[in-house]
Amino acid sequence: MSVGQTDFRTAILDARVAAPAGLVDPEGRPAGKRFDVYRNNVAVSLTEALKTAFPVIRKLLGDENFAGIAGLFLRQHPPTSPLLMFYGAEFPDFLAGFEPVRHLGYLADVARLELALRHSYHAADATPVAPQAFQDMTPQALMAARLRLAPAVQLLRSHWPIHAIWQFNQPQGGPKPEMRPESILITRPDYDPVPHLLPAGGGALVAALGDGQPLGNAVATATTKAPDFDLAATLGLLIGGGAITEILQEETP
Amino acid sequence: MLDTRPNYLPNRPGVGYKPQHFSDILDHPGTVAWLEIHAENYMGAGGRPLAQLRALAERFPISVHGVGLSIGGEGSLDDEHLARLKHLIGWLEPASFSEHLAWSTHGSHFLNDLLPLPYTEETLARICAHIDQVQETVGRQMLLENPSTYLAFAESQIPEAEFLTEISTRTGCGLLFDVNNVFISATNQKTDPYSYIDAFPLDRVQELHLGGHDEDHDEHGAPLLIDSHGREVVDAVWKMYEYTIAKGGPKPSLIEWDTDVPDWPVLEAEAARAQSILQQVLV
Repeated sequence: MSVGQTDFRTAILDARVAAPAGLVDPEGRPAGKRFDVYRNNVAVSLTEALKTAFPVIRKLLGDENFAGIAGLFLRQHPPTSPLLMFYGAEFPDFLAGFEPVRHLGYLADVARLELALRHSYHAADATPVAPQAFQDMTPQALMAARLRLAPAVQLLRSHWPIHAIWQFNQPQGGPKPEMRPESILITRPDYDPVPHLLPAGGGALVAALGDGQPLGNAVATATTKAPDFDLAATLGLLIGGGAITEILQEETP
Repeated sequence: MLDTRPNYLPNRPGVGYKPQHFSDILDHPGTVAWLEIHAENYMGAGGRPLAQLRALAERFPISVHGVGLSIGGEGSLDDEHLARLKHLIGWLEPASFSEHLAWSTHGSHFLNDLLPLPYTEETLARICAHIDQVQETVGRQMLLENPSTYLAFAESQIPEAEFLTEISTRTGCGLLFDVNNVFISATNQKTDPYSYIDAFPLDRVQELHLGGHDEDHDEHGAPLLIDSHGREVVDAVWKMYEYTIAKGGPKPSLIEWDTDVPDWPVLEAEAARAQSILQQVLV
C-alpha cells in the first residue's frame, strides 16, 4: 500500500495518531519507534527555533513551561515557510489566548517585542542621513519634511512596561518593572538591534512618521498625547540610531 | 579588480559555516578550504548574516546547501521559495548548489525535517520533474544528496543507489554523497554500506559529506542510528570515506556539525583528519 504525505504529516504532528501502515523496519514489522524519530526531530527542532526566537518569554515562563507551551503551539501552528528565522509570528496571539498564562497579561507584548527584534536583525541594510543634515535645515523646513525610516526600525506601543520587563530579564539586569504603558523604538545602528524606551508621546511621533506625515504634524499628534513631549530626546534616539534614511523636503512651487 | 577566487569546490576539506566561528575561520582557517551554508539562513533582506556571507565569499568558495525545497514533495514546489533560492544563487554565484532526496513541506506546512520517500516509478518521475524545474529556474546544475533513513516503505521497488543514479541520468543533476548517511541508513536498514558505495556512481559525485550521529535502539533491540550532526565522525565512517576516496578519487569533503557546535579547533581538527586521508591517496 502507498503511504501519502498527508497521512505522514498528520501522524508527525499528532502522537495519538498511529504511524501510517506501510512504513516498516528491516523485518517488515511496523516502523514503531523508528517513526518516532521523525516526530521527535520535528518537535525538537521547532521547539529549538522558538527558544532561539523568544529568549525572554522562555526566561519568564521557565524552561519546562516554555517547552510545554512550544509543543502545543508548534502542533497548532507548524511553520508555513522554510524561513525559520521568522517562525512564531502567531506566538504572541497564541500566548494571549492561552488560559494557563492569561494572568501574565504582558506576555504577548513581550513576545511581539522579541519578534520585532528578529525582524529588525534581518531587515535590509540602509545608509542613514548624516546628523549634520538636520542642523543645516531651518526649523520651518525640518517641520515640513517627511522622514523616511530605515527598514530595520520597529515601533512597539504597549499598555505594559515592556521595555522594563525586557531589560529586567537581560543578563545585565535592570530595575524592577513598575506598571505603566511603554513604547519602544528599535534601531539597528550596525547589525545589532537596540530597543530604546521612548519618552511619553514618542510612540505617537514615530507612528505618525511611519505613516508618512510631515514632522510638524507628527509633533502635534505627539503633543496632544503628552503635553510635555520631548521632541529633542525622541529625534536624538532616531538620529543617533541611524533610523532616518531620507529627508523628503516639501516641494517648493 | 580581477576576481581571482576559484569558483569551484577544491578537492579539500570544507566545513558547515556557523556564525560563532566567523572570526576564527578568517584568522585560523587551517586546512579548511571552503564553506557550506544552509540556503534558508541567508534569505533575510540584510543585516549581519548577509554581511558575514559577503565577507566569507571574498575568501572562500561557498557551497549553498538547501534544506527547505522539499524536492520529494507530493505537491508542486513552492514558487516563492524557489524564487528566493534563485535570488541567493544569483547574487552569491556560489561554487556549488545542492539539495536533498527528501520532503519537508506538505500543503502549507513546513515540517523542518528531511522526511523519507518511497522509491517507486511514480516518485522517480515526480522528483525528476521537480529537479528539472529547479535547474531551469536557477539556471545551473544542482547536486542531490542521499538521505539518512530510519525506516523503509513497504511499497519501495527500486534500491536507493539505483534510484539516485536514475535521477542523475534523467535530469543531469550531480550527486552529493553523504558517507555518514550511508552508514546510518545501512545500519538502520540492515544492509551492507560497502555494497551501497560500490553501487553508487561515484563519477557523478561532486561533493562528500561527513558528520556525527547518535546511537539508539528500536523497540526490538535493533540498532537505530540518528543523524544528529552533533559530534565527531566515527571511525567506521572514516574507513568508508577512505574507501570512497580510494575508489572514486579525491572530492571536496565537508564536515557537518550542526548541534552542540564545538569550538573552532575541534571542528578544524575534523577537517584536518579529512585532509590527511585526501593526501593518503596521492602517490
